[in-house]
Amino acid sequence: MTAPNATAAHPRRFRLQAREALQDEHLRQALDRARDGFVAKRAHAVAGRPDFEALTAAAAQIKDGALERMEDHLQRFESHVTARGGYVHHAVDAQAARQAVLEICRSREARRVTKGKSMVGEEVGLNQALEGAGLEVTETDLGEYIIQLAGEAPSHIIAPAVHKTREQISALFAQHHGTPPRGEVAELVNEARSVLRERYLQADVGITGANFLVAETGTTVLVTNEGNGDLTASLPKVHVVIAGIDKVVPTFRETCTLLRVLARSATGQELTSYTSFFTGPAAEADGEGPTEYHVILVDNGRRAIRDSEFRPMLRCIRCGACMNHCPVYATVGGHAYGWVYPGPMGSVLTPLMLGLDQAPDLPRACTLNGRCGSVCPVQIPLPDLLRRLRERQYEGGVVSARYRWGTRLWGAVARRPWLYRPLSSLGARLLGWAGGTRGRVRRLPGAGGWVAARDLPTPTRGGTFIARWQRGERP
Amino acid sequence: MVSTKPQVGLFVTCLVDVIRPEVGFATVQLLEAAGCRVEVPAHQTCCGQPASSAGDRQQAAAVAREVIRSFESFDYVVGPSGSCLSILARHYPLLLSDDPEWWERARSLARRTWELTRFLDEVAPPEGLNPAYPGIATYHDSCSGLRELGIREQPRRLLGQVQGLELRDMEARDVCCGFGGTFCVSYPEISARMVDDKVASILATGADTVLGGDLGCLMNIAGRLRRRGEPLRVFHVAEVLAGRAQGVGLAGALEETAV
Repeated sequence: MTAPNATAAHPRRFRLQAREALQDEHLRQALDRARDGFVAKRAHAVAGRPDFEALTAAAAQIKDGALERMEDHLQRFESHVTARGGYVHHAVDAQAARQAVLEICRSREARRVTKGKSMVGEEVGLNQALEGAGLEVTETDLGEYIIQLAGEAPSHIIAPAVHKTREQISALFAQHHGTPPRGEVAELVNEARSVLRERYLQADVGITGANFLVAETGTTVLVTNEGNGDLTASLPKVHVVIAGIDKVVPTFRETCTLLRVLARSATGQELTSYTSFFTGPAAEADGEGPTEYHVILVDNGRRAIRDSEFRPMLRCIRCGACMNHCPVYATVGGHAYGWVYPGPMGSVLTPLMLGLDQAPDLPRACTLNGRCGSVCPVQIPLPDLLRRLRERQYEGGVVSARYRWGTRLWGAVARRPWLYRPLSSLGARLLGWAGGTRGRVRRLPGAGGWVAARDLPTPTRGGTFIARWQRGERP
Repeated sequence: MVSTKPQVGLFVTCLVDVIRPEVGFATVQLLEAAGCRVEVPAHQTCCGQPASSAGDRQQAAAVAREVIRSFESFDYVVGPSGSCLSILARHYPLLLSDDPEWWERARSLARRTWELTRFLDEVAPPEGLNPAYPGIATYHDSCSGLRELGIREQPRRLLGQVQGLELRDMEARDVCCGFGGTFCVSYPEISARMVDDKVASILATGADTVLGGDLGCLMNIAGRLRRRGEPLRVFHVAEVLAGRAQGVGLAGALEETAV
């Protein structure tokens, strides 16, 4: 199977992609269903844990501590992996990460690879690299498998195929598997399972991501709900873990706190169905399992973020709650954002990782309503970070000159009441005049975005409040 | 006796000033009924949100200093908007954090800054107004007030005392209406879909009136309701609490037929 995993989407084309998404009726159905489910499940799980707020504060503190001493923890992690016969590779960027995985595959003369879901794998473009080198890659997470068949990118960090309806998936399976269309979800799952079972057994290398890297033992922790991660990691002779360096946590005890907030925030579960721990290759006493174990530690801009004012973003444990609660994500879906990470966390990460000028709309396509920050299990101040990115854009000249002069002109007026007063009175009069006797405006030069969908309520007669107050009018 | 009354500086907000002065007069009436002496500093313009949301920190900070100068002599700064008052209370100290003197002045002002319904509910309840409003209303929680200032039950408690008024909460009441300041004109299609979702939640309640504490959101909702030909009345909460909610409010288009 050589389905391309990339589309021509790009964060620079957010506006166009959003517009297309808004016209997609399938997407609308899929997003509405997913949003309602995610929000209700999380709310239920949080209600069942009265100390949830305190847990998120503890989780934030754990991540901050881990980031503060990240280099020490990574060293400790590496020494434990090595002591147990595993290998640690340091990838400074996406290219290095791809290279490291390709080298491992080449040295084992691998032909078939199975993969668990990995966002950092998407981030570094791993599938394209492996397929480009002639390897047969099979995604084993059901959602990832679906979008691999469709030749699409994930649209959500924990539910990659959330943008697809059941009908679309049924048609896709029928087309690729040569099977009759199925009506029930359970039938679709069984069909995928029977296809995937074969692939697990044939694979030479299994690649998984990691939710946490435990420094005190050199253990990688993986949470899944399908068990595909375990099969991917344990059936092939070689197990490769690819993970961002921000995943390192000092101890198991701290990892447990993070697991508690992760599952509740992501899927509304207390714990996911599978929580797997991998510490090195199979020992002799194990009898079976991979004989080789590699961990690729990916920087790809993370150290730079850690050393900037955006460090809190690296607390992110990839639960997806921010996008599940984002009203913009709910209307346009994940593909509109144009890269691997969508929604609020993506709107912060994408410009930081790709460059401010590569994602000019992302920090701005947001009402700053704050719902994302209020559900974040590690208390990332997402709206504040988005504001800071807007300031960086402004300072860095990423916003257009017209826009900059607009706000400067506005500021010049707003700072000068003697200028502002007559202008606001004039504005009120003009708007009132435009509204005529109907008290509304349906066409207005310069406010086309507003009047395209809404009438503009116009000012009441008699002048501005300040003018009337100064004339002595009282309630 | 007069001198013991708390001195309140009314931050009227630019939208109320230009679009709906009635909300300003209603706010004055409520504050006076709450035993305050109200002044309206003539130097006020806007809280600076258009610049701060745009990322123009310099302009936003310049406006912030003007607002602080105009209002720092009062016991309280009160205004009919969670969004604007949150800019004063929460964002001015951040905007001015690199200047110790202004940072202190910003923090001092922030401590005395109140959104109207929270002030009336927690500091000084209005007395003797006995407002009545015949109708079924649903209350729109504006995001900045809700999440940055903790305004949720305060307006509902106050509205609970209005004769003839029934309040019905809508589904997904903590979801943004799609206004977002300049967002609604920068990303009009996304904003329109968001306000449509909000309108659907509003209509599902069967209410005949939409109330809220922020004129921006209310203009967005009223404008969409009107465009869709829905005959709901839309008022700022202050107008109802002061007993001044006449006609159809912001939904001006139906004024001739509804009154």
